[in-house]
Amino acid sequence: MNESLLRELTPAVIGVLVRRGADFASAEDAVQEALVKALATWPDDPPRDPKGWLVTAAWRKFLDHTRSEISRRDRELAVEVEPPAGPAATTDDTMRLYFLCAHPTLSPASAVALTLRAVGGLTTRQIATAYLIPEATMAQRISRAKRRIAGVPLNQPGDLATVLRVLYLVFNEGYGGDVDLAAEAIRLARQLAALTDEPEVEGLLALMLLHHARRASRTGPDGRLVPLAEQDRALWDTALIVEGVEVLQAALARDRLGEYQAQAAIAALHADAQDVSETDWVQIVEWYDELVRLTDSPVVRLNRAVAVGQADGPQAGLAALADLDPGLPRYVAVTAYLTEQSGSRQDAAKLYAEAARAATSVAERDHLTRQAARVRQRP
Amino acid sequence: MKYLLLKHYRGNPTPAVDFAPMDQWTPQEVDAHITFMHDFAARLEQTGEFVDGQALAPEGAFVRYDGAGRPPVVDGPFPETKDLIAGWMAIDVESWDRAVELAGELSAAPGPDGKPIYEWLEVRPFLAEPPTVTE
Repeated sequence: MNESLLRELTPAVIGVLVRRGADFASAEDAVQEALVKALATWPDDPPRDPKGWLVTAAWRKFLDHTRSEISRRDRELAVEVEPPAGPAATTDDTMRLYFLCAHPTLSPASAVALTLRAVGGLTTRQIATAYLIPEATMAQRISRAKRRIAGVPLNQPGDLATVLRVLYLVFNEGYGGDVDLAAEAIRLARQLAALTDEPEVEGLLALMLLHHARRASRTGPDGRLVPLAEQDRALWDTALIVEGVEVLQAALARDRLGEYQAQAAIAALHADAQDVSETDWVQIVEWYDELVRLTDSPVVRLNRAVAVGQADGPQAGLAALADLDPGLPRYVAVTAYLTEQSGSRQDAAKLYAEAARAATSVAERDHLTRQAARVRQRP
Repeated sequence: MKYLLLKHYRGNPTPAVDFAPMDQWTPQEVDAHITFMHDFAARLEQTGEFVDGQALAPEGAFVRYDGAGRPPVVDGPFPETKDLIAGWMAIDVESWDRAVELAGELSAAPGPDGKPIYEWLEVRPFLAEPPTVTE
């Protein structure tokens, strides 16, 4: 069975139910139930018209629930079991669902969960597994999110920035459980790019494609983190890089720069280099300057310091760290790296060890511990 | 972000309030305490923040490898001075501040006379997966 087809159809089917008069929360629940049923029955009995099947199944689920809840509406709806879908407005429906599920009143974790279910067509179980929490907890997180946005009309214009933020979060979560969240984020960004005319959507899509292209080289066979400089560039997916660069160039040509385009430009410059020594660090620093201007984010300044260290030497990199808060995540790791480059191996070893203690992931901690051990080995 | 709220039998900072051990409470007080714990977990499930909760028996032992072909060495029961974990609750929340808020609420579990026991709880972040975008 083509599970991705099922996922693609999800927002459109929710849209059909809403236009038939269902509220978003009930429509979304009904479609989720239909999805679970489809996952169970389609492999043995594939429908000829998958979308029609889903609409019918979801509408029946919706009616079942409505009947058991309200007897008056029950009679009204019973005479109209298969009403016309109204004007076909699939693209608008999908777009509106993106906005609704990333509504600014939702917490990031809730917006992510709701987007993956209502727009992404994933089951609660799949989302729960990907985020390593119990299914019951994830189900509650989703119903709370739906209650929170219950008063928001579906046709209200939304905030694209929060939608992009949600997709970025999904992408950054990586690969958990049986669902490839990075690939799912790319699919959702691709779909969004087809629905909108905003260069930042393309910027985000390009950013994802360019990072996804390096996926095979980012971890060693034992799951260890391989830093960019040591990645086997033969493993990079050139088709994805070509696509990412094309999407990015089309976005940049429209001359409305944003943070995702700038981040994608940096990723493109890395992807363009045959090895780390050929990297155009001067241009990368220029893009970081743009990013600092656009976001004024301390994390961006930290990454900029690494690029400055490559472009102008480690002392310049360390100088670029001067104004930053040492409590920033990865601050000590960056300091350790630049210190090693500057030749102070003993200091670098201590800093790597300190950075390992402050790491927020196991892979990062192990990587930094290895760095400390490596630097200590050859004083 | 996931955090572990750790409850200790021993090894806490100095207790804020002195109270008799649980086995000396009235059955009603014990029930009230346990109900509070259950309700707390149920409430976190409702808010979409509950991950796991487990309790540990106080008995047990230290075990270690003792060389090829030899049985493991067992050292125990735990000495009285040892830090002893009683159980944990794992939560998935938006921020450190929220984790602290919840730990504060859990720490107010009722004890003798239904009064909060002001119990110390240890709050520890889980190590996560590294992000996809790093530079």
